[in-house]
Amino acid sequence: MKIVIINYGAGNLHSVKKSFESANLNLGGTNDIVISSDASELKEADKIVLPGVGSFGDCKQAIMNIDKLFETLVEQIVIKKKPFMGICVGMQLLADKAHEFGEHDGFGWISGEVIKIKQHPEFKIPHMGWNEIKFNAHPLFQNLQSNLDFYFVHSFHFKVLDAKNILATTNYSEPITAAVIKENIFGTQFHPEKSHSNGIKLIENFLQWSPS
Amino acid sequence: MLKKRIIPCLDVDNGRVVKGVNFVDLIDAGDPVEQAKIYNNEGADELCFLDITASSDNRDNLFDVVKKTAENCFIPLTVGGGVRTIDDISKLLHSGADKVSINTAAVKDKTFISEASNKYGSSTIVVAVDAKQVKEEKWNVFTHGGRNETDIDAVEFCLEAAELGAGEILLTSMDKDGTKSGFDNKLLNKVTSKINIPVIASGGVGTLQHLHDGITIGGASALLAASIFHFGDFSISEVKRFLAEQNISVRI
Repeated sequence: MKIVIINYGAGNLHSVKKSFESANLNLGGTNDIVISSDASELKEADKIVLPGVGSFGDCKQAIMNIDKLFETLVEQIVIKKKPFMGICVGMQLLADKAHEFGEHDGFGWISGEVIKIKQHPEFKIPHMGWNEIKFNAHPLFQNLQSNLDFYFVHSFHFKVLDAKNILATTNYSEPITAAVIKENIFGTQFHPEKSHSNGIKLIENFLQWSPS
Repeated sequence: MLKKRIIPCLDVDNGRVVKGVNFVDLIDAGDPVEQAKIYNNEGADELCFLDITASSDNRDNLFDVVKKTAENCFIPLTVGGGVRTIDDISKLLHSGADKVSINTAAVKDKTFISEASNKYGSSTIVVAVDAKQVKEEKWNVFTHGGRNETDIDAVEFCLEAAELGAGEILLTSMDKDGTKSGFDNKLLNKVTSKINIPVIASGGVGTLQHLHDGITIGGASALLAASIFHFGDFSISEVKRFLAEQNISVRI
């Protein structure tokens, strides 16, 4: 299979690629992990990964600035339903809109909005570090125990409108969406590429995932 | 519940690991990539590299170390030391660092903090503050690896850095660093009780109890230590077991 990690200048691209390569090796190394933003590569992809660090508006703009990228993503993911994984801001971009340094439209693939995490004197923002998640039974979380720790770093979170699109949650100053799901579209607020063996296991699951 | 983080720090000079006592008397002791792998396997929550290479001509060694570490360790990596420009940050992030810590450059020009966090996101920018007590209840910021004193109040500076967009403060006590007599919990508490971003405590760890106190008295979100791990006084797993027994939430 060909896995394309979308290159739109996100800083953590290298780490994401290395973690996917590591997961791929654990599975026998049969997948081809490619970094690209080229429409023709995306058309050949079997699965697509969208990483993201930085602000929502900057990431969205960087994607829109690449010729035919967004149209190709819609075609490959929404219409052809190729398995997709968004990471951190790459997951938040699935929302309808975000309220972060102004208001920005998201992709609108999963209903909800991205807002600032609730302020509380006992909870420092960003929500930074390892926090345990609770998830619903799903092939993407197979062979992972509930309450395992994953690495988070974010100040804004995805308030998902329809509870059935929430696959995992964590707790901070308020409940936080840790993973979303809608058919072939998967996203994590935490960074699997920085979550040591738990993260690699999750990536293995994504590589093996065939959404029904 | 969010876990308190244990962060081993490696001082790197020309691509090799060193650790200074009170920032002098450097003792060479190993390859940073190999060290990082050991910490990664032992359960470190993050890694930190502090580059102390004097000449900027030798920075390429650091980028190489960062790149190799990021390829082998799937936990967050913070890199600092000699970061002066946006371009320095960009190079480190593209080498594989997740966070970049800025110190002297942030003190010299505070707009550098906002510029950096606007460009790369708050959570990528750590402001490292070296503080030394100058009188009762008063700490000043020091720069250039602790050599130069400023008249800037350290507590105020931390608060200001947070306002300007720092995602985290790495607060090192110059009085405590290398002494193994515990963190400066008074200083830590002054900052953590007022600030709304995570603070990493640094400087002075000698015993397991010191780590515990940095969290319970100092209010730190994360603990950074170099020598106790590097010279094998304690392993990361020993530290975590101890803290867990004291009902501190850590990732085991």
